[in-house]
Amino acid sequence: MSARRIGFGALALLAIALPFLGAYPVFVMQVLCFALFASAFNLLLGFAGLLSFGHAAFLGSAAYCTGYALRELGWPTEAGLLLGVAAAGALGFVIGSLAIRRSGIYFAMITLALAQMLYFIFLQAPFTHGEDGLQGIPRGHLLGVISLENDLALYYLVLAIFVGAYLLIERIVHSPFGQLLLAVRDNEARAVSLGYAADRIKLLAFVLSAALAGLAGALKALVLGFASLTDAHWSTSGLVILMVLVGGVGSLLGPLVGALIIVGLENKIGDIGAALAEMTGISWFSGLGEAVTIVTGLIFVVCVMAFRRGVIGEWTAWLQRRRGGLPS
Amino acid sequence: MKAKAFLLGILASGLVGGAQAQKLSDNAVRIGFITDMSGVYADLDGAGGATAIQMAIDDFKAKNPGWTIELFTADHQNKADIASAKAREWFDQKNIDLLVGGTNSATSLAMKTVAAEKKKPFISIGAGTSALTNEECTPYTVHYAYDTYALATATGGAAVRAGYKTWFFLTADYAFGKALESDTTAVVLASGGKVLGDVKVPLNASDFSSFMLQAQASGAQILGLANAGGDTINSIKAANEFGVTKTMKLAGLLMTIIDINSLGLPLTQGMYLTEAWNWNQSDDARAWAQRWAQRTSEKAKKPSYLHAADYSAVTQYLLAVKAAGTDEGDAVMAQLKKTRINDMFAKNGYIRVDGRMVHDMLLEQVKTPQESKEPWDYVKVVEVVPGDKAFRPLSDSKCPLVKR
Amino acid sequence: MTMIFGIPVAALAAQVLLGLVNGSFYALLSLGLAVIFGMLNIINFSHGALYMMGAMLAWIGSEYFGLGYWPMMILAPLLVGIFGMLFERLLLRHLYGLDHLYGLLLTFGATLLIEGIFRSFYGVSGQPYPMPQLLRGSADLGFMVLPIYRAWVVAVSLVVCLATWFFIERTSLGAKLRAGTENAPLTKAFGINVPRMITLTYGFGAALAALAGVLAAPVLQVQPLMGSHLIIVVFAVVVIGGMGSIAGSIATGLLLGVVEGLTKVFYPQASSTVVFVVMALVLLVRPSGLFGREQ
Repeated sequence: MSARRIGFGALALLAIALPFLGAYPVFVMQVLCFALFASAFNLLLGFAGLLSFGHAAFLGSAAYCTGYALRELGWPTEAGLLLGVAAAGALGFVIGSLAIRRSGIYFAMITLALAQMLYFIFLQAPFTHGEDGLQGIPRGHLLGVISLENDLALYYLVLAIFVGAYLLIERIVHSPFGQLLLAVRDNEARAVSLGYAADRIKLLAFVLSAALAGLAGALKALVLGFASLTDAHWSTSGLVILMVLVGGVGSLLGPLVGALIIVGLENKIGDIGAALAEMTGISWFSGLGEAVTIVTGLIFVVCVMAFRRGVIGEWTAWLQRRRGGLPS
Repeated sequence: MKAKAFLLGILASGLVGGAQAQKLSDNAVRIGFITDMSGVYADLDGAGGATAIQMAIDDFKAKNPGWTIELFTADHQNKADIASAKAREWFDQKNIDLLVGGTNSATSLAMKTVAAEKKKPFISIGAGTSALTNEECTPYTVHYAYDTYALATATGGAAVRAGYKTWFFLTADYAFGKALESDTTAVVLASGGKVLGDVKVPLNASDFSSFMLQAQASGAQILGLANAGGDTINSIKAANEFGVTKTMKLAGLLMTIIDINSLGLPLTQGMYLTEAWNWNQSDDARAWAQRWAQRTSEKAKKPSYLHAADYSAVTQYLLAVKAAGTDEGDAVMAQLKKTRINDMFAKNGYIRVDGRMVHDMLLEQVKTPQESKEPWDYVKVVEVVPGDKAFRPLSDSKCPLVKR
Repeated sequence: MTMIFGIPVAALAAQVLLGLVNGSFYALLSLGLAVIFGMLNIINFSHGALYMMGAMLAWIGSEYFGLGYWPMMILAPLLVGIFGMLFERLLLRHLYGLDHLYGLLLTFGATLLIEGIFRSFYGVSGQPYPMPQLLRGSADLGFMVLPIYRAWVVAVSLVVCLATWFFIERTSLGAKLRAGTENAPLTKAFGINVPRMITLTYGFGAALAALAGVLAAPVLQVQPLMGSHLIIVVFAVVVIGGMGSIAGSIATGLLLGVVEGLTKVFYPQASSTVVFVVMALVLLVRPSGLFGREQ
C-alpha cells in the first residue's frame, strides 16, 4: 500500500465524515467538482504533456446538456449525467482531432480558438438563455428512490462519483497506456520509432480528459442547479490551469489541493479577510473581500517564482530531501 | 432565580421596547448582500451599496435600540456559481433572514431560486432582467429599483413624444441588450414611431466606428444605445468622433450618472436617459447623498440610484419586520406587499403581487456644460413617468402569481 | 447606386477603410508582443495591462500634473518601459530556462495584480480623456467622413511599425539582438551584454504597448480593465502572423482589421469571434503562422 494510497484513503474517510464535522456540504461539493475538473486537466497536462487553453468548453457543454436534459426533457438524473459526459467526450474527439495535428503553443492556441467558437455558439443558441443561464435544473432522484434535493444525499453521490473518477484516473496513469502517455510526452519521436501511434494515444488521452471534465460539469450543474456562460468562458479555462499549477502538475493529489485552495479563495476570501482582521487587528484586511483579483494575482506570482512544483510537488521534494534522497 | 431573571428580562424589554417584543429568529435580523465588488459593475453598486445598506441598518437601530442586526457582504465576481453557493451557505449556516442581490442578472436569477427554496425574501436591486417578475417570479422575490422594461418604456415613449420618431438601435448581443431593444421597439411602434434598423454588437467590443457608419447610413433621427457600462461609453465616444451626434440624437437605454461622469458633459450633453432616482431630485435625496458620500472613501462622489435603492429597500424591509412582529419569510413578504413606500428614494411606491416594486421613473436629459452648476450636476428631469405607466402591466405578465 | 451583397459600394469601401484603420492599431498593439515573443520567447500576457498603464498614465499626467497628450505620448511609454525593465530584471529573468508555461503564468498573475491595484484606486467606470485640440475634426473623403484622429493613429502606427521592423531586421544592433536570443553563450563570447539587451528589449516591448495605450485614450474608455478585452485579439494576431515574425504581425494586424470590419457589416454578432475562426484555420493549414519560421 503506497503512501499515496494511504493518504488518499485517509482523505476519503475524512470526506465521508465532513458533513458531521460541521463542513458545509454544498461548498465541499463545489470543491469536488472543480477537483475532478482539475484532475481531468492534469491527466492531459501532467501525463500527456498537452496544455489546453480551452478546457472550459467541456465543462460548459456538459453542464448545458445535462441541464437541458434534466429540466426541459425531464430525463432521470443518471441519464442526464451520462448525456453530459457523452457530449463532452464527443466534443473532445472533434476538438482533439483538430488540435492534435499541432504541438506546444500552437496546440494550445487551437484549443483556445475552438473553445471561443463554441462559446459564441452557446451565446447565440436560445436553449442556453444566454447570460441569464439555464436556471432551475432539478436534482431528481437517485435510482428513482432517493431524493437528491437533500444536500446530504447529493453529497454522498458526488463524493462516490468523484472517488470513482479519481481511482479511474489513477488506474489509467498506472496502466500500460499510462506508460505510453509518458513515453509520448517525454520523447514523441522515439515512441513513434518504436511503432506506437502517438497521435492516437494523444487523442485518446484528450477524449478521456474531456469526458471527465464533462462529468465535473454535469455534476456541478446538478449541485448548483444551473448552467451559465461562465462555465464555458476562457477565464474558467485559466482557472483550472491555476488550480493544477498551485497544486502541482503531474501529481495525482495536486489537482485536489489546488482546487481546494482556489475554490476556497474565491468563495471565502471575505471571511478570510474578516478573520485576519480580527486576528491581527489590522482593519485593512477586512477589505480583502473586494480584492479577489489582487490576491489571485499575488498567488500566481508567488507560486511561479517560488513554489513552481505546486503544493504537492514542494511537499514531495521536501520529504525526499529529508530522507536524504536526490531532489527531483 | 430563573423566574426573577425572566421577569427582569420582560421588564427590561418593556423599557427598551426593542427586539424582544418581536419574534425574531435567533433574536436577530441577519442580512446578506451579494454583488459585484471588483468587476465591471463595481462602481454602480459594489462597496458603495454595502455602505448604503449599513446606513439603513444604523439609521433603523438609532430609532429602534435593542435590535441586533447583522450584515454580511460578498463579492460574486459576476459568477452565478459563487453567488448561488454563497447565498445557499448563508441561508443554511448563518440563518440570514434577507438576501439582497446587487448587479448582474444571471446571479440574481440564481439567487432568487435559492431564496425561494429557503422561503426567505430576496430583494434584487441591481439586476436588469424583467424576467425576475415575469416568467421567473417567485413569492419571495422583490425587484426593487428598475428593470429593462421600465427603462425602455420611459425613454422610448418620451423620445417619440419629443419628436424623434425614427430609430436605429446599437444593441449589445446579450439578453439584456436584446430585451432593451425589443421593449423600446414595442413602445416606439405603439407611439407612432418607426425602427429603421439595428446592429447587434458583441459584448465588450472596443471599437464602434463601423457601427457608427451603419447608424448614420440608416438616416434615423435617434440612435438608441441598447447596451451598458463600457460599451455605452465607447459608443458615445465614437458617436462624437464620427459626427453622429451632429445629425442624430442619442438615447442611453441603460445609463447612469456614473457613466456620464466617465465621459464628461461635452460628450454626453443632450442625451436622453432614464433613472430611478437622482441625488438632486429633492432635499431629502440631497441630504442622504451627502451623508453617503461622507461614509465612503471618496468624499466628492455622489451615489447612483442603485445605492439609494439599497438603502431604501433594506429600510423598508426592517420596517416591515417591525410591523409584522417577526422576520419569518411569508409574514414579511405579506407585509411588504401591503406597504406604501414613501421615502427619499420613491414616492407612492408599492410592491405588486409579482414582486415588482412600482414607483415613478425619471426621464432625464443630460445638461450642457453651461447648465451644470456644481460637480455631479449632470442631468435635468424632463418628465416624471408614473410607475404604472413605466413598468410592465400585470395584464401582460407571465408570472403565475398573477391571478387572472 | 451599385450594390455588393446588398451593401452600397461606397459604404463597403468606407468599412474596408475603417477596417484598415483598426488594423493599423492592432498592428501597433501587437508589435510589442511580437517583439517580446520573437526576440525573447516569452509569452507576455501582461501586454494588455501595460497598454492600460499607458492610457491611465496619460490620464494621470493630465489630471494631476497638467501634462497634455503630446508630452504624455513620450513620457508614458518611457515610464512603462522602465517599469517593464524592472519587472524583467527582478522577476521574469529567473524563468528563462524553464517551460514557456511559467512565463505565461507569471505575466498572467502580474496582469491580475496590476489591473486589481489600478481598479482599487480608480474604479472601473473609466476616466474622461479629451481629444487633443490639434487632432479634432474630420476629413471628407467623398465616400465617408474620416475623423482626423483616426488618420493620425494610422500614421503613428505605420511609422512606428516600419521603424521597429527596420531596426530589428536591418540594423546591426537588431542583428546583435537576434543573435543574442538565438544563441546567448556565443553572442556573449563576442563581448555583447546579452542580459542587458534582453532587459532593454522587454522594456521596448512594454513601451510600445504603452504608446498604443496613449493613442487609444481619447477614443476608447480609459479604465483598468481595458487591456483584458483586447489581449486575446492581440495574441491571435501574433499567433496568426507567426510568432517571431515582426512583419508577420504587422501584416496580420492589418488583415485582421479588414476581416473584422467586413464581419461587422455582414454578421456583426460574430465580429469578436471571427479572429478565432481565422486563427484555427491558419494554425491547421500553416502551423507556424502566415509568415512564421518553424521553431
